[in-house]
Amino acid sequence: MLDVAGLRVSFGAIEAVHGVSLRVRHGETHCLVGESGCGKSVTALAIMGLLARGARRRAERIGFDGTDLLALSDRGMGRLRGSRIGMIFQEPMTSLNPAYTVSSQLTEVYRRHRGGTRAAATERAAALLGRVGISAPGLRLGQFPHQLSGGLRQRVMIAMALMCDPDLLIADEPTTALDVTVQAGILRLLAALQAEMGLALLLITHDLGVVARVAHQVSVMYAGEVVESAPVAALFARPTHPYTQGLLASVPVPGKLRRGQPLDPIPGSVPRIPPDFVGCGFRERCRFAMPACAVAVPLRERAPGHSYLCQLTP
Amino acid sequence: MRRFILRRAILGVLVCMTVLVISFGLTRVAGDPALAVAGPQATAADVAAIRRAYGLDRPLPEQFFTWVGAVARGDLGRSYLFREPVANLIRARLPITLTLGLVGLGFALLIALPLGIVAALHEGTPTDRLVMLVALLGQAMPSFWLALLLIIGLGLRLQWLPISGIDDWTGYLLPGLVLAFSAIPALMRLTRSGMIDALGSDYIRTARAKGLSRASIVLKHAARNAAMPVVAIAAVQLGFMLGGSIVIESVFSLPGLGFLAWESISKNDFPVVQAVVLLLAVIYIALTLFADLLNAALDPRLRTG
Amino acid sequence: MLRHLPTALGALIVGAALLAALFGPSLVPHDPFAQDLLRRLVPPAWLGGDAAHPLGTDQLGRDYLARLVYGARISLVIGVVAALTSGLIGITLGVLGGFFGGWVDDLVMFAITCRLSIPLILVALAVVSAVGSSLSVVVLTLGLLLWDRFAVVARTTTMQVRRLDYVAAAQAAGASGFHVLWREVLPNIAHHLVVVATLEVALAILLEAVLSFLGLGVPAPLPSWGLMIAEGRDYMFFEPWVIMVPGLSLFVLVLGINLLGDGLRDLLAASRDA
Repeated sequence: MLDVAGLRVSFGAIEAVHGVSLRVRHGETHCLVGESGCGKSVTALAIMGLLARGARRRAERIGFDGTDLLALSDRGMGRLRGSRIGMIFQEPMTSLNPAYTVSSQLTEVYRRHRGGTRAAATERAAALLGRVGISAPGLRLGQFPHQLSGGLRQRVMIAMALMCDPDLLIADEPTTALDVTVQAGILRLLAALQAEMGLALLLITHDLGVVARVAHQVSVMYAGEVVESAPVAALFARPTHPYTQGLLASVPVPGKLRRGQPLDPIPGSVPRIPPDFVGCGFRERCRFAMPACAVAVPLRERAPGHSYLCQLTP
Repeated sequence: MRRFILRRAILGVLVCMTVLVISFGLTRVAGDPALAVAGPQATAADVAAIRRAYGLDRPLPEQFFTWVGAVARGDLGRSYLFREPVANLIRARLPITLTLGLVGLGFALLIALPLGIVAALHEGTPTDRLVMLVALLGQAMPSFWLALLLIIGLGLRLQWLPISGIDDWTGYLLPGLVLAFSAIPALMRLTRSGMIDALGSDYIRTARAKGLSRASIVLKHAARNAAMPVVAIAAVQLGFMLGGSIVIESVFSLPGLGFLAWESISKNDFPVVQAVVLLLAVIYIALTLFADLLNAALDPRLRTG
Repeated sequence: MLRHLPTALGALIVGAALLAALFGPSLVPHDPFAQDLLRRLVPPAWLGGDAAHPLGTDQLGRDYLARLVYGARISLVIGVVAALTSGLIGITLGVLGGFFGGWVDDLVMFAITCRLSIPLILVALAVVSAVGSSLSVVVLTLGLLLWDRFAVVARTTTMQVRRLDYVAAAQAAGASGFHVLWREVLPNIAHHLVVVATLEVALAILLEAVLSFLGLGVPAPLPSWGLMIAEGRDYMFFEPWVIMVPGLSLFVLVLGINLLGDGLRDLLAASRDA
């Protein structure tokens, strides 16, 4: 469905994304996980062609369902956005336009891509609001964003992304800005919608608990690169890249952590990578680092669908 | 919201009262108005008679309250010069100045809004800097000089437009354009900064992620949110333009409120000066209040909150 | 480099005007008030005039260059003194309102609203007409009327500074209100006020020209640029240069001051960020 290879994004002298490759299959929930600042969100925006001015995007390939997104004009990309690829963002408080009603913001995306009457679009909007778990959709349609809570706004954002029945939904940390009590509900909703509508879901998160619950496939990002990609069970059972191992060790996974066992944080922080950087981005913090890490790093395959980027062999 | 409007209305009344005091004081700093009315040939007895007739022999506070009482009843007094109720004079002149102000505001918006939006869309580029330079040029332009240049250039050499008086609507075009110049820089800067803020916001990223057209993103989603400060400043600028019309009206010989005020000032016709100052202040206060209400209508957070 | 070009241009213009105002009158070999009725409206040198009068002469045969540089002196004096006067009023009000808040601030806001609702040019004309036109009356009138922007900017910036930690700390340490105002607040808002001051100098110069143009500003025969334009008005259809020379000077000077102010704002913002 989505096939990204060698994606690089640079802002001036800083390369935020450093050759990311990613494949999201039909009907699959693919989690992109990593610390803040590792380039997850930039990757998502780059795929959508929504980078801020001043950012430079290069890639070997960005394919979506047989279409080459790299060759598409902004207008052509606009025809895909909102209709075949939906996106929801981290900040529900500011992602909706304060000046327009929920109804107006929902229907305009439908009418833009599907046309039809206002009444038909409003009907669709009401149905979707109900589907994303909003009671009294008729009332909510007439309201403005500031009259809704954060959780409700995020549900509206989800409904908006689904208005045109997309094939792919990109969710950039959709629960991070929300109240903890609301997070689980939104997550359950996304998982249910994904299964029910057969969506391909690219879910970006820093929360391994989320990954464990909803992911089929997981890609771990570090310093602008995908360092390991594996089916969710394989990743938790056999983390191979030292960073993935460190990440798992630093997070209390329910049921896996014994009482009294200390958490094991990774020393140091994510480095800024200049464009001409060669070798493994993790070597400064890696306990297995060796001289060979300063030159090109091989992509190894441990099992079908489980690849990682490291000098070490399992 | 209702509290807010009430507060503003009370403030408006207080400001009006202060302006009453100021405009009364303004005409009493110059000494005896009766001398001016009587003219140079008048005898001392004439002056004394005039002083009595106009109530100028009374103590100042009494004169003030008499005047305020009359104003409150809608009686603005009689012009010394035209020997006619001031209200009649104003009624005849005000429409001209209002038309001029609205034409000027129209020109200003027509020029400032697109330029401000273009500058915001090209923030930091040479296009942006060029547009901002235009704002600076407009700010430095002496309006009366620009008016004279346009009269020489457009009116006389090319004979495109009438250069004085208002025989028909074309008479408003040149003065309106010149008047617009004073409002363009502020409107343009505010449009630009408002649009830059709006364009960088999360909801614009959402709009782009929805695949909306560029026109819809810029004009519907960004412009609506950038409009509120622009509305406020547009009202203020209209107020300033009505006050500043005195220059333009005298250059183009438009018989408006400004022209009347200028004549009255140079002929010491105090009742008219007082009334015009007061009227312009009241219009300004009303305009800012109107802008607040319009903003409340534009911003659902104010309207429903 | 290109970025600083407008600022440099502004500095150049203002510098040139200052030099002209300071030394011009003694360098130009003509008296700006001396009439020569035999040599009236001599065009400037480039329009085939007379080398003795590079910018020509006016309707009374007075040397235009001499009047122009003398006019620069008038414009600059009025601009600077009016801005100083209005700065004193506006900054005092704004800082007090922003620092003390409460009813003091309400009062200051009320004063600003009153000032803004008074039609500026009209009242200035009325005052000058009532008191009698002279240089000092014009300066004082403008100074008493133009303080609103100073007050607004001083008020908002003072509010911001007051919230800064070290100001709060100084207050908590028992420093008196006026000590804190003088030592902590004013130095920290000064750079904003400098920018406002340039704008106000430019505005005062423009307004003086307007008043003089309408005949209620600097009295004749003083060569105010606005008055020169008014006097040239009767001849402008035949000799357009008579309004071009003073008008262009006015435009360029005000533009230069504004360019300099804009540049100062950017420079100060940059040095604060760095």
